[in-house]
Amino acid sequence: MAKRKTPGLNTSSMSDISFLLLTFFLMTSSINTDMGIARRLPPPVPENTEIPDVRERNIFVVMINSKDKVLFNGEVGDVSLLKDRAKEFLGNPNDDPNLPEKENVVIDGLKKHYPNGYPVSKGVISLRNDRGTSYDIYFRVQNELAAAINEMRNELSNAEFSKGYADITEQQREAIDAAIPIAISEAEPTKIGGNN
Amino acid sequence: MARFTGKKAKETPELNMGSMSDIIFMLLFFFMVITTMRESTLFVKITPPQGTEVSKLEKKSLVSYINIGVPTPQFQATYGKEPCIQLNDQIAEVSDIATFVELERSARSEADRPLLTMAIKADQDAKMGMISDIKQELRATGAFRIFYNARKGKE
Repeated sequence: MAKRKTPGLNTSSMSDISFLLLTFFLMTSSINTDMGIARRLPPPVPENTEIPDVRERNIFVVMINSKDKVLFNGEVGDVSLLKDRAKEFLGNPNDDPNLPEKENVVIDGLKKHYPNGYPVSKGVISLRNDRGTSYDIYFRVQNELAAAINEMRNELSNAEFSKGYADITEQQREAIDAAIPIAISEAEPTKIGGNN
Repeated sequence: MARFTGKKAKETPELNMGSMSDIIFMLLFFFMVITTMRESTLFVKITPPQGTEVSKLEKKSLVSYINIGVPTPQFQATYGKEPCIQLNDQIAEVSDIATFVELERSARSEADRPLLTMAIKADQDAKMGMISDIKQELRATGAFRIFYNARKGKE
């Protein structure tokens, strides 16, 4: 039998295959991203500034002691209840005289349904903690408060733009942020539960 | 001249593409080997708290990390067993934060400086006393954008 020459494999598409693989992994891989909650610190207050008077109905006090017990508006409660309480406080849907006042603010993005201004709550959540409070419980409280604000923003966004807060444009988001601000004030920590 | 014109027209020889993939793979491996993620080794053990409302940290180039936690066992002899602060590659004190912020700021372009975010990456067992001190330092230096690092999780 005559010796047959083996035909050479056409390998020109090999590079296409390797490029395809490379692009696939480029697209799908992600370097582990950090997750968390972004916040803004208030600028330092100059000395001898008068402390502004805030009506009692406009303050929602959340305290955490060094034993990681949470107290809000005078009652000891579980962190899981905090979200609903904060929502009730900031929303004040029935204009309860014990819950915060509202101020009509004309917001450009919300003029369609609120030509005379959106009733922006004057409520402030005051967060106080001890030096001995663990970061875990502090973060969980922050998380619950963030959840309350996020839910309210989402509800307003759905009502106004029929879209979730995550899907609206930057401009619309600014309008919503102005209507429902992050009103969390943090006091200097107490030192009851020992140092550090 | 007939003997020249009579010659068969020359065909351009086809390029052999067989080694193209080898070249590309070689390039790929080269870049894979030489790239290193810019990340400092942590001397402290950090288990961030869990949260449901976490969002992604945008623009990594504008973020500086403040790590807070208990030193890992191999560093406990040097740094003790109390929670401490790690800035970049070294253990630091609360009073070093201001210098750190200045350094991080000067490493960024003028336009990016106000957007610098300080990510507080603290262990869940860290005490708020230390974290409040850090926050006060950050306020004093004008670094107002902060970020509490966390893990995404269920309640």
